[in-house]
Amino acid sequence: MVTLTIDGKAIAAEAGLTVLQAASDAGIHIPTLCSHESLSPYGACRFCMVEVSQRGRHRLVTSCTLPVAEGMDVQTRSERVLRIRRVLAELMLARCPESTVIRDLAGELGVTASRMRPLTDVVSTIVSQSGCILCGMCVRLCDDVLKIGALAFEGRGARRRVTTPFRQPSDACLTCGACSSICPTHAIEHLRIRPHAPRPIPSEFEYGMTGRKPIYIPFPQAVPRVPVIDQSTCLYFKTGGCKVCEDNCGARAIDHAQQDQIRQLQVGTAVIATGFSLFDGGQMPRYGYGRYKNVFSALEFERLCHAGGPTGGRILTREGEPPASVAILHCIGSRDENHLRYCSRVCCMYSLKFAHLVKEKTGAEVYNLYIDVRASGKGYEEFYKRVLGEDVQFIRGKAAEVTDVAESPEERGKLIVVCEDTLLGLVRRIAVDMVILSSGLRPAEGAEKVAQAFALSCSRGEFFLERHPKLAPVDTASDGIFLAGACQGPKDIPDSVAQGGAAAAAALVLMDRGRFVLEPVTAEINAELCAGCKMCIANCPYTAIRYDPEQKVSVVTVELCKGCGTCVGGCPSGAARQDNFEDVQIFAEIKGALAPA
Amino acid sequence: MGKPKVAFYWCASCGGCEEAVVDLHEKILDVVQAVDIVLWPVALDFKRKDIEALPPGTIAVSFINGAVRLSEQLEWVRLLRERSGLVVAFGSCAHLGGIPGLANYTTRKQIFENKYLRSVSVDNPDRLLPQTRTEVNGYELHLPEVWPVVKPLDEVIDVDYYLPGCPPPVNLIASALQGILSGQLPPKGSVLAPAKALCESCPLNDSKPEKMSVSQFKRLATTSADPKTCFLAQGYVCMGPATRSGCGERCIRGNMPCRGCFGPPPQALDQGAKFLGALASMFDSRTEADAQAVADSIADPAGTFYRFSLPKSLLSGRSAPQPES
Amino acid sequence: MAKGANNGFEPRIVGFLCRWCSYTGADLAGTSRTRYPPNLTGIRVMCSGRVDPTFVVQALADGADGVLIAGCHPGDCHYSEGNYKALRRHRMLMNLLEQLGIDRQRVRLEWVSASEGSRFAEIVTDMTEKLRALGPLHPRRPALLETAVAPGAEVHG
Repeated sequence: MVTLTIDGKAIAAEAGLTVLQAASDAGIHIPTLCSHESLSPYGACRFCMVEVSQRGRHRLVTSCTLPVAEGMDVQTRSERVLRIRRVLAELMLARCPESTVIRDLAGELGVTASRMRPLTDVVSTIVSQSGCILCGMCVRLCDDVLKIGALAFEGRGARRRVTTPFRQPSDACLTCGACSSICPTHAIEHLRIRPHAPRPIPSEFEYGMTGRKPIYIPFPQAVPRVPVIDQSTCLYFKTGGCKVCEDNCGARAIDHAQQDQIRQLQVGTAVIATGFSLFDGGQMPRYGYGRYKNVFSALEFERLCHAGGPTGGRILTREGEPPASVAILHCIGSRDENHLRYCSRVCCMYSLKFAHLVKEKTGAEVYNLYIDVRASGKGYEEFYKRVLGEDVQFIRGKAAEVTDVAESPEERGKLIVVCEDTLLGLVRRIAVDMVILSSGLRPAEGAEKVAQAFALSCSRGEFFLERHPKLAPVDTASDGIFLAGACQGPKDIPDSVAQGGAAAAAALVLMDRGRFVLEPVTAEINAELCAGCKMCIANCPYTAIRYDPEQKVSVVTVELCKGCGTCVGGCPSGAARQDNFEDVQIFAEIKGALAPA
Repeated sequence: MGKPKVAFYWCASCGGCEEAVVDLHEKILDVVQAVDIVLWPVALDFKRKDIEALPPGTIAVSFINGAVRLSEQLEWVRLLRERSGLVVAFGSCAHLGGIPGLANYTTRKQIFENKYLRSVSVDNPDRLLPQTRTEVNGYELHLPEVWPVVKPLDEVIDVDYYLPGCPPPVNLIASALQGILSGQLPPKGSVLAPAKALCESCPLNDSKPEKMSVSQFKRLATTSADPKTCFLAQGYVCMGPATRSGCGERCIRGNMPCRGCFGPPPQALDQGAKFLGALASMFDSRTEADAQAVADSIADPAGTFYRFSLPKSLLSGRSAPQPES
Repeated sequence: MAKGANNGFEPRIVGFLCRWCSYTGADLAGTSRTRYPPNLTGIRVMCSGRVDPTFVVQALADGADGVLIAGCHPGDCHYSEGNYKALRRHRMLMNLLEQLGIDRQRVRLEWVSASEGSRFAEIVTDMTEKLRALGPLHPRRPALLETAVAPGAEVHG
């Protein structure tokens, strides 16, 4: 630790820090345009100049390049320093008369006009010369830190500028946008470095409606609520450079060298709660999902409504305007012979919620096109009544198609929902600005693999099968494996929470009991008859049979035996038998089945 | 009282069981010292009327080999049953139907036509088939009738014991004779051989892994077997797991897989079906097509798995053809 | 139930149904009040892998005209692989029974899941009709004395 004085304050700083860093740590502001915690000090802009007294010597030094020393006395706002800064401000203003950042900085110093001649012969290259202060941050970042090297300095003196090799659009540029985000004067025009509009990394949580960075927190309620690094877009994994995030992390919690680990856990119970996925509206092209920008899926719309979503909770069309009219189409994919035969249970209620929110936030005309309104939970019917009273138009008739082909001047530019209004007995065309598809629920992606891994049966729609629809809704056929939530069947939050509690309780009972209940149908091998032929061992998927070379017989470990009887069915000498499913019993059943009628 | 009387008779058989008795070698002299052989068509010149003259139950034991298909065989075995205290079904044919039992795969009609009409070395312009009665030179000649199915011995008469094997090994014959003569016998109806399957005593069982996986079964005619490794593990069909032991593994030690001549272990009702079930556990297959391919690699499952036991099996042979409607 | 050809012959089918999938599926056919022929009597086992080929052969010997083995779909066996074992046994058994003159349609292996009540009904319906057309599986063990041949007559098989 080093002790120095800044502006009369005694500061203790770690050896190796610069005066700029030490001052910043102590809360003393020194203006700078060209320094950044991830970049090595350059001393280009000179704004951070301070007056240093050390061992009787006074000098003016850039604080960004000056290491702290014991006993140093630093003045950041002495008369001399301020005078120099004002001159620098005038120089900057002359170079970049248009830049608001420079003008603001100059204004803070009390400088409003420059005595120097403004730079007029701007040589147009990659970077807007009227903003560039030649601080070199973009170059240092792109080259040293990110190791991409698409930008560099060219020329000397008055001709010095930032450009790409041969001043041609760069193939090396990755359109990461780091240069423009670090540029203190916002002078960089991306398209001149690489003439492709950068594509945002689509945020999975926001359904691509907004972008995210390679390092991001997946969603606000993520558990644990820590950022993750997406290896496919993180620059470190492309160039070996960057790692600016590590520089910024005070807790030193980032480690790019982390590898995926496959861990094996030995457990006695499992709760399967793999959830659902929304039916893809693209499976029904007549509704225009994916073709018309303003046809939204239910989950996309949820994000639009959400205060933390891409629009801050404002309901806007893709053109950025609040809609004047919205159609909400119920039962997309559900109750449909060609897609999901079942009712997905939650969609009517969320459709009502959407209707209510649209009305509340935009006052738009709202049309709900439904087959039946299913509002069977606690308070649900009351909510439905309330929405009915909010001037939402309910049309009984599943929408037939969504089109943008206008048949009249009023329809131009809008989405037209064609439907049969069965209560009026008319086919109607309803022109709206926005369509929301209330799609049904399907099992989550990859549910079949989960089912195979846990030997789960599936019921209609491929949801996981409970042991009994009435009496055992959270158990599965396999002991110790429980189901919770939408993976077992479409259900809303209250029901999911209840089922989750039930599954957890069932798992706890199993773990707490301290005893294990065996199937009464396990297999056993009669050592008097067993010849040790070992043919049964390959039949057992639970490795419950082993050969005893001392006794020259095969033996069933009854705790592992699940009672399938496959070994018994394949025993060539009849030495293996199954409790309650003996051969003699089955032969008797066969005789009985074939007894004369 | 005299020495106990012993009879040997053969039905549909190859004569190998008689050879097995002869294989007692010099011990046969002890046998003839201890017993009085009253019937042995292959070796001694006793006639039917000699047996008919005996009071019932006077033959201590009749050893009957061969399967039953002819009316004459039925008459003889019934006669011997009446005249004997004990009847031993001697050899695979009497025990299970044996090799002659393979005739149950076809029909009597087919057999006769193949033999008397279609065979290339037969000249039969009048298309004569065997008749039970015919007249020649004023005499009436009789031939036994051939029944439609081959039967093991215990389906026509009551059998006391079974000596399995094709033929039964000499040591089993000797110990059976010993037991009968000394009156120390297991319960009636027993098979005079150990209850466990062959693998228990097989010299190659140690080389057999716990899990075997075969994608194609091999045939002895086209490949060479390693004499030191379990045949099943090599991909050959060996009936050992579904066959009673007691034979001394004569075939195994001769680098031949077991063919099942001792019949199934006591709890297995149908040797072929039991073996088939066990063999399926060795398939290297995941799909329906794979399973079919492995199954198809065994050229003659019925003939292989029921080689000695077809008449004794639950279906006992080919199902009868549909009657003309 | 309409009586088909073959003089009103009603096929008798013995079914081996696995407790987790196919028996539950068959039960669902019942609770759903699905109509299907009554020609099948089901025997429940824990898994189609329990089905010993001896059962099939015994059933045919005892008078069944057909046998159905039903298990879970491949990959879905409650006990992981029992149905694969059943499949292998079935394929070999079919080859063997064909040599015994027994039509392959008489012993069927089908996959029926717990929710496939209607599929179970369809299978039983289809199998009943096919067996009706095939006719009864005749007894294979005629008594010796029943086939006496008249003197001088041609010997038929």
